[in-house]
Amino acid sequence: MPEEIKSSTPPGGESKPAAGHAPAAPAKPAGATAVPWESAMVAKLKGQYGSGIRESSTYLGQNYIVVEPSIVAELLQILRDREQFDYCVDITAVHYPDREKQFDLVWILYSFPRNERIRVKTLIADGESVRSAVSVWATANWLEREVFDMFGIRFDGHPDLKRILLPDGWKGHPLRKDYGIIQQDQEWVKANLGIESGQ
Amino acid sequence: MTDRTITDPKPADTTTSDLKTSDSTKFLSHLELDQPDKTFLDSNELVINMGPQHPATHGVLRVILKLDGEKVLGTECVIGYLHRGVEKIAENRTYTMFNPYVDRMDYVAAVSNGLGYCEAVEKLLNIEAPPRAKYIRVILTELNRMASHQLWLGTHALDIGAMTPLFYTFRDREEILKIFEKYCGARLTTHAFRIGGCQYETYEGFERDVIKFLDFVPPKIDEYEELLTTNRIWLERTKNVGVISRADAIALGVTGPVLRASGVKWDLRKAQPYAAYSDFDFEIPIGANGDTYDRYTVRMEEMRQSLRIIRQAVERIPEGPIMAKVPKVMKPPVGEIYHSIEAPKGELGYFIVSDGSTQPYRIRVRPPSFVNLQALDVMVRGALVADVIAVIGTLDIVLGEVDR
Repeated sequence: MPEEIKSSTPPGGESKPAAGHAPAAPAKPAGATAVPWESAMVAKLKGQYGSGIRESSTYLGQNYIVVEPSIVAELLQILRDREQFDYCVDITAVHYPDREKQFDLVWILYSFPRNERIRVKTLIADGESVRSAVSVWATANWLEREVFDMFGIRFDGHPDLKRILLPDGWKGHPLRKDYGIIQQDQEWVKANLGIESGQ
Repeated sequence: MTDRTITDPKPADTTTSDLKTSDSTKFLSHLELDQPDKTFLDSNELVINMGPQHPATHGVLRVILKLDGEKVLGTECVIGYLHRGVEKIAENRTYTMFNPYVDRMDYVAAVSNGLGYCEAVEKLLNIEAPPRAKYIRVILTELNRMASHQLWLGTHALDIGAMTPLFYTFRDREEILKIFEKYCGARLTTHAFRIGGCQYETYEGFERDVIKFLDFVPPKIDEYEELLTTNRIWLERTKNVGVISRADAIALGVTGPVLRASGVKWDLRKAQPYAAYSDFDFEIPIGANGDTYDRYTVRMEEMRQSLRIIRQAVERIPEGPIMAKVPKVMKPPVGEIYHSIEAPKGELGYFIVSDGSTQPYRIRVRPPSFVNLQALDVMVRGALVADVIAVIGTLDIVLGEVDR
């Protein structure tokens, strides 16, 4: 699965391929590794953006493309308008602190007419921002706010980018890997709850 | 409801700029409160809080309403009161250990949560549950859909002022919970499934109990409908209330019965079948107007369709093992997977990133309630305060899942 490792190498180099799966149910070798994904749509996008599309693969039957952050906003617009991906299922991120570009930003899209899913992925550094997709799909509003809340990734042009699940004055972004599982904003807890610690 | 602006000691002196600095309005930057030439009394606009402690918000949801008299000019949801950091917890548990946690998101449909999670991890491990396990999963999940819809109907009707359906639906939901209890020992947070299949074989008389329930419940659904479907008050309170157009619903990513009531015939059980759903005949009910009444009829019909699925599943349940061969220490190969199912509330998805270790590197839950709640603002703008209650009910949110 070389393609997959390249795009999501975990910290600490613990990426041993899983062992001990031999007795598992009938193995399906076709899905076990990421294979290049070719389709008319991908060819068209590659023709348009060239090396802006860094990778297009299928893993376990699911298609994804990895693109440069500079073209992602335009690409999402094209995917909705031209390729009929009218439903933005989810926007989320994954943090890889040991990487130079620390974050994977992931859009999961679905097309009602084509009954097809695609994941769009881009790698960004800490502090780098991307253009908001709220004008493309209204649902991006809360989803982007959650990504901002949990990871501190900013979206340019978002109409109201602020925390959504944590309180407004909270410090830190809990889904970053350097945020401990029992860590909390002690100052906030003291000031607002009047207790020493919430633990 | 607390009405901060009206309990202000000196309302006559309060200008809009003072109003802006008050606590409840600091969230309202986008609602354009700035009208410097008008005093508070001129403007006729009130900003009030609904919740977070309010029975009709079905949990701890706070909605800030901007009102002109009884008319809603805009809303803003303040959520997160139940945030437990489920996704963070997941990164610090093994795949097996995290399984019970998912039950506690949408706790009225715990079986669905478990199904989505188990199937996602199975996909990542590249294993498949045996056919008998899939059938058991379908039976329990559809029973759970039924229970979730019954709870929705009871509380939704209660919010609108019809008290009787609550007692009827809870009476009948009890029968489902009894089956769950006999099957796995728990009624709500069932932890019914394991990665790779089911832990428990069905108990002696399981099929009999389920068929008994299938015969028992259809007249009860007719009973609910008799109380509501043609009830004039019910019609007045739900017809043309909280309308969401097909285009808006799609743009807002709304799923489940809310999307179907707006006329989109889309159900993941048909569109991308999982478990054993491709084996069964059932219809996808849809609505035409996207109003609260349509969402009611869609869910009522979904209950009947669930019964249809359960009957087919019980009659055709295959013999065989209930667990696939699963390694004792689960280490999915490095990679990512997104798997989603049609939960009673809509599309429930799990995006799991594995780094090849025993613990997931990242689990993202795509919660239907969270995304559907975002549509509240569109649905209540221009409506009356009382309609906000109806719309929160019709969205069928569970705050445990919204906040995770």
